[in-house]
Parts: sequence; C-alpha cells; structure tokens
Amino acid sequence: MQIFDGIKVADFSWVIVGPRSTQYLAEHGATVVRIESPSHPETLRTGGPFLDFKTGVNRTGFYARYNTNKYGASLNLSHPKGIEIAKKFVEWADIVAESFVPGRMKAWGLDYEELVKTKPDIIMLSACNQGQGGPHASQPGYGVQLASLSGFTHLTGWSDRAPAGIWGAYTDFVSPHFIAAVLAAALDYRRRTGKGQYIDCSQLECGLQLLSPAILDYTANGRIRERQGNRCPDAAPHNAYRCKGDDRWCAIAVFSDEEWQSFCNALGNPPWCKEERFSSLISRKKNEEALDRFVESWTLGHTVEEVVSVLQASGIAAGSVAKCEDLYGDPQFMHRNLFQKLSHAEMGTQPWEGPPFIFSKTPARLYKSAPCLGEDNYYIYTQLLGMSDEEFVQLISQGVFD
Amino acid sequence: MPEDQESLLFPYRILELAGEKSCFCGKILGDMGADVIKIEPPGGDAARTIGPFYQDKLDPEKSLYWFAYNVNKRSITLNLELEEGRERFKDLVKTADAIIEAYPPGYMAKLGLGYEDLCRVKPDIIVTSISPFGQDGPYRHYNGSDMVCWAMGGMMYLCGDSDRPPVQVSFPQAYLHAAADGAAVTVMAVYHRNLTGEGQQVDVSAQACVTWTLMQAPETWSINRLNTKRAGIYRDRPAIQAQDKQIWECKDGYVHFILLGGAAGASFMPQVTRWIKEEGLATAWLSKVDWAEGFDSYLLKPEDYEQIEGPLSEFFRRFTKKELYQRAIKEKVQLCPVMDAREILENEQLKSRDFWKDLEHPELGSTIVYPGPSLKLSETPLSLRRRAPLIGEHNEEIYLGELGLSVERLEALKQIGVI
Repeated sequence: MQIFDGIKVADFSWVIVGPRSTQYLAEHGATVVRIESPSHPETLRTGGPFLDFKTGVNRTGFYARYNTNKYGASLNLSHPKGIEIAKKFVEWADIVAESFVPGRMKAWGLDYEELVKTKPDIIMLSACNQGQGGPHASQPGYGVQLASLSGFTHLTGWSDRAPAGIWGAYTDFVSPHFIAAVLAAALDYRRRTGKGQYIDCSQLECGLQLLSPAILDYTANGRIRERQGNRCPDAAPHNAYRCKGDDRWCAIAVFSDEEWQSFCNALGNPPWCKEERFSSLISRKKNEEALDRFVESWTLGHTVEEVVSVLQASGIAAGSVAKCEDLYGDPQFMHRNLFQKLSHAEMGTQPWEGPPFIFSKTPARLYKSAPCLGEDNYYIYTQLLGMSDEEFVQLISQGVFD
Repeated sequence: MPEDQESLLFPYRILELAGEKSCFCGKILGDMGADVIKIEPPGGDAARTIGPFYQDKLDPEKSLYWFAYNVNKRSITLNLELEEGRERFKDLVKTADAIIEAYPPGYMAKLGLGYEDLCRVKPDIIVTSISPFGQDGPYRHYNGSDMVCWAMGGMMYLCGDSDRPPVQVSFPQAYLHAAADGAAVTVMAVYHRNLTGEGQQVDVSAQACVTWTLMQAPETWSINRLNTKRAGIYRDRPAIQAQDKQIWECKDGYVHFILLGGAAGASFMPQVTRWIKEEGLATAWLSKVDWAEGFDSYLLKPEDYEQIEGPLSEFFRRFTKKELYQRAIKEKVQLCPVMDAREILENEQLKSRDFWKDLEHPELGSTIVYPGPSLKLSETPLSLRRRAPLIGEHNEEIYLGELGLSVERLEALKQIGVI
C-alpha cells in the first residue's frame, strides 16, 4: 500500500519546480504522467550531464533526476486535436500541474476556469517564477535568477567581495516542499468537501519563507543582513577548514564554552587552546581570524575523515564538505538507501536519488527510471485514457504525438 | 483554535515539541489551518535564544527567529523529563493527529515516549521526526549543526569563491529544508491515515534534504564522473570544462544574468545584443551571432565566451540595478537584480500581490511586517492569523479549557515544575 495509490496526476509542467513537486507523489504511489512536446523538448532534456557526453533528449541525468517513477507521454498541443486530448488527461486526473509563463495555459484554453468545466473538482497547480498576477508576472526566467531576487545571493559569500551566490536554481528546491504539503492537503480537503481548487505558486514568495527572520530583522529593526562567509554569531570556531588532500575541507561548529573545552581536549590541548583570547565565546568571536588559523594548522595535518572522527567522538559537530562523488559512498546515505539503481532504456543502470525521508509503514519505492520522451504513449493513451488501438494508431498517423 | 473552519487542515491537531529544527514545520502546517500546539519546557524553548532579536534585546520573548517560525501556534509549557509531565503529554497525544519532534534520535524513546510507546496511547498517531542525519544508521548519533548538514549534504562544496573555503548561506538553510519536508510528510501521513486508519513514523534527514537542492551536480558525477566546483561569481560547467559569469557588477550593486542559447536564449539574447550595440560595445562576433542556431550554451566555446564577457561586463557597469531590471521586465529578458532585505520590501511585484502581512504584537506595543504565506489557494487561502505565542501563553486555555484540569491541579503542577 502506497500513500497516493489511485491518485492520478496530469503533469504539463517542466524544468524543475513542477516536476520536482509531482515527484513527491510519484515516489509514493501516484500515477504521474509527464505530458511533453517533442518539437519543443523540455529544457532539462537539452541540458547535461549526458551519458558519454553525447547529447540526446533521453540521455541526460538532469531530466532523469526529477522524473523517476513517472510515465512519459508526448503530445503536440499545437495540433488541432492536441487540446482535445489534453482535456482527456484532465478528465482522467485528480491533479493537473503546469509551470509555463503565466497566460500560456489560458491561450490554449487550459486555464483553471476552463478545466473546472471539464472536471469540477480538479486540483490545479501553476508553478511559475513570480505568481499568476502582478507587474512582473510575465518576465521569463528560472530559479537561478530568482535566488538573487529573493535575497539568497546577497547573503552568500564574503563580506569583502562580490556575492558568490548560491549554487543552482535554488528556489526550485524551496517551493516543492510547500507544494507537496498543499497538494496532499488539497486531496484531503477534496475528500472531506468534494471541492478541488487552484494553487498559485510564486517561487519568489516561497523562497522568502526561508529568510523570514532576516526579513523581520529589517522590518522590525531596520537592519539589512549582509553575507559573512561562514561566521555565526553563536559559535566559534565555525567554518570550513582545509584538510589533507585535494580541496578537502571539514565543517566544524563549536557553540558553547563547554563544547570548546571538549574541542580542545579532542585536539590534545595544544598551547594555543589555552590562550586567554580564546577562553570564552565572546573572546573567540573577537579573535576569530587568529582562531581559524590555529584550527586550520591542526586540520591541515589530517585527512577530513580523521578530523571528523576525532571531533565527533568528543561530541563536536563536524562533517566533511562532501564533493558530489562522496555522496554516493556516504555510509549514512547507503544505510538509508538514498540512491537506488534503476535501469533506463538509453542510460543503462544508474543510481537515482530517492526521497530524503522514510515512512515507516509506506516507504517510497523507486521502480521506474525517468521516461524517454513519449516512451509510455501506448500504455497511457490506450490503458489510462481508454483509447482503442485503432484510434491510437490514427492519432499517430495524424501527427498528434509529434 | 483556528478561526477558519474551511481551512485546509482545520480538523487536525499537531503537537510540536521544542527545538530549532521543528519550528518551521509547525509554522507551515499552522498556515494551512492546523491547530498547532507548541510544547515548550518550562522557561521556554531553546529556539527562543536564536537571534536576531527585536530591537536587539536578548529576551526569550523577543527573538525574531521565534516570531517568524512560530506564527499561528499556541504554546503550553510542559516538562517531559518528569513522569507527571509525560502523563499530561499522553493526555494531549490522545487528542492529536500528529507529533513533530526534532530531539536527538533515541531521546524520545529514553523518555518512554518513542513511537511504539505513543502508539499504545493512540494507535494511529503520526510521529514526524526531524534530525540532522536520520533516526537510524551510522551517523544517527553524530552531532549535527546546520552548516555541518549543508556540508555533508553536498551543497557547501558548491558555494563560495574558489580561493577561499566553501560557504553556507549567511542565514542557515539546511534545517529549514528538513522542517519544510517535515510539513509535507506530516500531511501525506495524515492523508494516508484518513484513508486506511494507519498511522506511522516518518524519519526526515536534513543531510539528505540538502542533497535534493544540488540541481544536476550529483548526476554530473554519477553519469559523467565529474565533480562540480564552487566558482564564485562564475558558474562551473565541468562537462564542457568551462565557467560562465552569472553575477555581474553594475553601477550600484550586482545583477544576475546567465547566457542561454537555443530557443530560450533566442527569446531574450537578441534584445541584450541590441542594448550592447546601442552603447557601442558590441564585438564583431556579437553583432552577427544567431542566438538560436549559432550559440549553444551547453557547448560554450571559450573563444565565443571571450567575445561576450567583456562587452557585457562593461555594459552592466553603466547602469543601475533598477534601470536594468525595468528594461529586463519590459523586454522579457532573463535578468534579476541581486536584492537585499530593503529592496525586497520595496519590490512592486510583492506589493501588488499583497504578500506582506502586518501582525500585531500588543506586548511590544508594535506591529511587525511579515512575509505572507508561501502559496495562494483559491478555496482555502493560507493565512497568518496570530503572532507567535509567549511562553506558556495558552496553558490555561488548553489545560483548563480543553484537558479539563482544575485550577488547583494546574497550580500544583506549576509548583512541582511540570508546567
């Protein structure tokens, strides 16, 4: 038994925020169909990493990462019959998801007001950059630039330099938490009341949720927060320290004076640990640059594994600054079976990331790697939408799926 | 109690136990209308010591961190370390749908309040456990911190300047991702219980939540055997051994702009080329490039990139953030200014969508402007209904009014340090 057994999702969304959100449902039993255009391929299908560095819409890990357990349909919405078939998906579905620039679904006659005519209790998600209304709604873009608009870039990096910015399309990974919670709740609400609803996601507004206290620091105190490397007002040492090896670092966080004593003991109490200027959190904060140099003089003599093991044994928060290659061999991740191997028609057997949480009674099961473009057309159109073989073949010959 | 009976999670009661890692979880559920009761140890939750503070006054009733992430909750105090406290907790569990806890793995079981113990109190209870690494496994007893999870989840290595240590965000993020996923899984578990009658425990790992934010970097290793690296204002593209600039200096700060080719690039790069030409900065290559056909940002050639970076850098330096952003919006160009808190508050888009919400803090004699809820819903809008609770603000309302304790009993429990 899976949480979303029997739930059907018609997923017209693309790139990250939409597909990553519907992935929560696909991982836990829902039937999620990605509906894609072959003539305007989904952006992620055209971006690497490509297997063997050869480009191809079915060879990239970028797309595959966000689409495990989903089914792949192709559909040409510009074909005269395209919209009619899209509406068949709506009739079939409990949830419709899309992430186009606002106005696009309306132009196709597939906006919420239209969909409720086809299916009154439909739950529809629109996940765009800045929401469905407002003066900037139609500016195109990705979570990459939104990381700057929502304040994360400004707060990442060093105070004496340009912001280094946060890696990737950050808000694309913030919004899905809220969307997944609301989709599950909307299904429950529909069960209680018989009503569906429309969900308008602004990635900008979702992103700001993760900076709320910093925002309040401005609205209540008038203070504009600045980036400060790895400094933390409540801890010192608090930084990433270089260790032996090629670009190897250990993140170390020492909060209380009690932890500081454990830290010094773990290092064997070298003379600098006893210096007066490091004796309290307040004085360590004042002399943090000197402190960082001493800590690094110690870490440089050890591998990151040694540093972590010595400090964790003394109850100090320390961890390796993992490179991506380390993630696949991380003992904790292996224990949690975070990466699961699945075979794929063009990419062979590869590890794909499962959910970061584990349900004790209904654990997620990854059973299908991401679909090739239109891979499941026959199953979807004949089995899920109930077309006859004849009708399906006719639509192929008319180019509806091209 | 929630005022809006038509809210998304109106029927449900959530008990949220203390700690930095759980606050945001209950806040999200509270925005959706759940009755979230924060259970604080007498004296208050340690999360009340997290800054910044209102007018910089170090006071457990003035933490802005607490304010932001405990909106919509009620608070009671209860000492779970005492037997009497645990009994009152169990009385509450009988009335609850789910419990959110973020103690070190094993702590609840040691108190006799582990998942199995709680099932004996309420067989279909849902327990959402949030921890740095997980409830089980080789790191379950590792000491975590937000930055350590950011590091071990793989994000830290990707952030920062190449000649300095990797960095976290100066407002830490790892536990917030875990708390937000905690909200999602709690609702999923409630949905499941309503259909099947089966409760369960859900184990959320902050480290693994961080790994989900890495975009395509993990697969760049698993598929191409390449590690992506931090590159400061540049974006590392290991598969093509290139880096392209994404944070550009302008007249009064920075703007975020990435080069794209293909259909996406063709929709806005011609406008940018025209801007550069108008300023007399175009190279011969820029003047004739066909962005749809002649430029592929996934196969970026260093010689092409040299033709772009110089003129673009010079162009951006001539204008302010506001000038560039207005032009970008008008001509549908993918460019955003790098905003700080003040600029975010001034953003016209957020104002026009009525994003900001005022919450009254009568005891401060003040009203504070808060970010509104995450999403807009047509039938059951999310809402900020009440400011974060004071320590034990709802003791009487809940213990007397809802659990039916007598005034004398409540007083006695206070005397012995249970409440």
